[in-house]
Amino acid sequence: MTYMYKIGVVGDRDSILGFKALGLDVFPVLEPDEASGLINKMARENYAVIFIIESVAAGIHETIDRYKNVPFPAIIPIPGNQGSLGLGIEEIKKNVEKAIGADILFGDK
Amino acid sequence: MALMRVNPTRMELSRLKKRLAVAIRGHKLLKDKRDEMMRRFVELIKKNKEMREQVEARLTQALGEFLMARALMSAEVLEESVMYPTRRYDLKISKRNIMNVNVPKIDYEETSQEGLSPYSYGFAATSGELDGAVATLSGLLPEMLELAEIEKTSQMLAEEIEKTRRRVNALEFIMIPQLEETIRYITMKMDEDERASRIRLMKVKDMIEQRRA
Repeated sequence: MTYMYKIGVVGDRDSILGFKALGLDVFPVLEPDEASGLINKMARENYAVIFIIESVAAGIHETIDRYKNVPFPAIIPIPGNQGSLGLGIEEIKKNVEKAIGADILFGDK
Repeated sequence: MALMRVNPTRMELSRLKKRLAVAIRGHKLLKDKRDEMMRRFVELIKKNKEMREQVEARLTQALGEFLMARALMSAEVLEESVMYPTRRYDLKISKRNIMNVNVPKIDYEETSQEGLSPYSYGFAATSGELDGAVATLSGLLPEMLELAEIEKTSQMLAEEIEKTRRRVNALEFIMIPQLEETIRYITMKMDEDERASRIRLMKVKDMIEQRRA
């Protein structure tokens, strides 16, 4: 069964305005608290993919973790206009460690 | 290893033997599941890492261009330029089953209005950097969605692998040894009882024969 789902972008105004030109729904936020409430609201409203700017994502780990075990929404951290904070890669690393018990991808760095 | 608190009876023994058989079978199945999931996960996570690095690099570049556009234009004009996009992306999502884990599958559908340029603004009032940024971003979006799918999948798989590994370990190092130990205890106890009753009978027989003599 398929429904129509939406893509949302959450982050600071400067970083996300570009996505608005693509027709995605953008939600500018300033405070982590605000972002956390927003994510919960979006999860209820058929957003299947939520891109979140890393600097915002860093403040609301708990909210993001809550959606880890359900297929939707997929909350994906992306770098903002200050450049990458390495949060996304960090997340991948954590997954590897959780699943395999040792770091096999990043060992050479 | 701690013994289970059971009555050393024949009933209990056969019950435990059945449980042990089930535990061993379950252990084997879960171990196979874990190994297969690991294999899939390793494939997936490698791709995930590559894609993320790629997307992050290109996104940083696009946002850099956007920042330039922002610096060159007034905030109001910029805001106005992107206010009415000419395209819309709708997602079609379904679930895929990898080793009994429901993972998302994301397909998107681009809806653009006929005869309109992908740029939602006139070129007169905006700077060229904005065009570049919008072009890069729209080229990047399919990749970002694919990244979203892969990343979510590997996240869920990692979670499930951890769960399965716990179960495998619990069976292998707790359940199965405990059951084996308990079965051994019951067997020994019953043998002991049997010997005791045989000795008792022999004693009684001796006593009877002594009395006759």
